[in-house]
Amino acid sequence: MHAALETRGLCKNFGALTVAEQIDFRLEAGARHALIGPNGAGKTTFINMLSGRFAPSSGQILLAGEDVTALGQVARVKRGLARTFQISMLFKNATVVDNVAFAVAERAGVAWRMLRPARAYREVVDESMALLETLGLTQDARLRVAELSYGKQRLVEIAIALGLRPRVLLLDEPAAGVPTSESQRILEVLDALPEEIAILIIEHDMDLVFRFATRITVLAQGKVLIAGTPAEIAADKEVHEIYLGERHA
Amino acid sequence: MKHAGGYIADSRIRAIEWLPWAFALLCYYAAPSYLSLGSYILTMILFALSLDLILGYGGIITLGHSAYFGTGAYVAGIVAVRLTGEPLVGLLAGALAAGVLGLVTGMIILRTRGLALLMLTLAITSVCFEVANKATSLTGGADGLGGFSLLPILGLFRFDMFGKTAYLYCLAILFASWWLVRKLVYSPFGASLTGVRENNLRMHAVGAPVYQRLVASYTISATLAGLAGALLTQTTQFVGLNALGFQLSGELIVMLVLGGVGRIYGAFVGPLVYLVLQDYLAKRFPEYWYFGIGAMLVLVVLFARGGILGIIDAGILRLRRKS
Ligand SMILES: Nc1ncnc2c1ncn2[C@@H]1O[C@H](COP(=O)(O)OP(=O)(O)OP(=O)(O)O)[C@@H](O)[C@H]1O
Ligand SMILES: [Mg+2]
Repeated sequence: MHAALETRGLCKNFGALTVAEQIDFRLEAGARHALIGPNGAGKTTFINMLSGRFAPSSGQILLAGEDVTALGQVARVKRGLARTFQISMLFKNATVVDNVAFAVAERAGVAWRMLRPARAYREVVDESMALLETLGLTQDARLRVAELSYGKQRLVEIAIALGLRPRVLLLDEPAAGVPTSESQRILEVLDALPEEIAILIIEHDMDLVFRFATRITVLAQGKVLIAGTPAEIAADKEVHEIYLGERHA
Repeated sequence: MKHAGGYIADSRIRAIEWLPWAFALLCYYAAPSYLSLGSYILTMILFALSLDLILGYGGIITLGHSAYFGTGAYVAGIVAVRLTGEPLVGLLAGALAAGVLGLVTGMIILRTRGLALLMLTLAITSVCFEVANKATSLTGGADGLGGFSLLPILGLFRFDMFGKTAYLYCLAILFASWWLVRKLVYSPFGASLTGVRENNLRMHAVGAPVYQRLVASYTISATLAGLAGALLTQTTQFVGLNALGFQLSGELIVMLVLGGVGRIYGAFVGPLVYLVLQDYLAKRFPEYWYFGIGAMLVLVVLFARGGILGIIDAGILRLRRKS
């Protein structure tokens, strides 16, 4: 059985700076996997390589067993890989429902159509609205994204990725910058995601990580420090020193 | 900013959208001595509409759109001189040539963005200008190309000395183009262009072939610009180098910004106000008219980024809030 996503010896340098060093990583099908590590460890860079935004300096990326290292973002999205961004990357002046519909239309293959009005593509509109409903955003569908609270914007960020019906979903700090009053909603949404989606989540909030993940990989200075179950990670002394200790001190 | 289009926008034509056409027809009857100015305004509206498609929707900033306008203008002129005086043939040839040029140049320049893209659009216009300037046997060089006569349109409508046919011809072509642009803007394709303008990087991340989308919109836009250029040649029975100059590209942007970018009708209001004002000021104050135009533009850019239509929108909103 192939892993949903796998890397072999993945490296990335920005000039003299090494941000990823020989990362061997497996995301199993249907996994709930967290990637943690201190600021600047290279977590976002890792996701950028997985999603095809950055080319790795060396190494391989396999999606469901297929080598996708040379493929661009578009081709990887077609193969079921979707991601969200640490800093919201939304279509700010578009409506909330359009934000999702842009993604749904690309996946459904109708985004090139020129002659019928977009509104006539009921399946795109309905699917986008249904997604918004599961995220509790029905009321906000017609607002411009810029008018939403930051917490709701983070939900739209997730909704766009879900509009691609991914098999592998990469979440880069979905609750970052959200006040606790609103982050609860994001947690509920994460818990309710379909089981068959393999999820890799980057998160600094340890409560969230230990509640959500069944497997954790710790990254420090571009290297995998340790990977294991939450219990193993919680018991590891080195992790405490360089990461957990520093945070909880 | 209020952009038309998207997945919940009602695409049916609203009553107010017939207003420009009613107004254009009214002018035809009410102001027969201004028909040649009217034809020119209609032509520039079409040109501005073509720019709005890529600037207002795709977010491509260009200073070289006159390259496509000029190509359409020259090809229509050359067709009339060498091939046939049938206007529709010249019109189609001009639009097609501009579209092909748009496709080829678009494939090159749309790999870049920002300042690099802007420089490349300038470079393309310069090259086109020089070609037209040097290929004197074909284009007449600095003297321009004139002295051709056109047959009646479809063998039915003869161009008259009062410019009546020319005006209605421009109006009909503009109407057809407006109808097409409107369809595009409200389509999924138009929505995806909005996505590219709003967040190019995210559009990549949702699997959109952004580059191909932009090339497609650029090609369509260039085709429409060529159509406008061909119209100018045919209605004035002359084409000169100024159809390819930077000044025209610059003026075009001024007109569109004045009317309001990315809202279809900004392309109608801008050229109308700009050219009528220019005509008026140039007659009243032949030495200072450019000052008036400049002052107006400064005011719009400083106080009303949405252009004249933006001001009207804000006014309506305020009235509604009060009541
Ligand atoms: N495009 C880039 N060019 C040069 N350096 C970069 C680039 N992107 C990231 N870096 C550097 O790579 C290192 C890792 O950055 P990255 O964003 O991957 O860390 P992170 O683990 O996601 O951190 P955080 O928890 O703060 O989000 C940092 O030192 C950063 O400055
Ligand atoms: Mg990060």
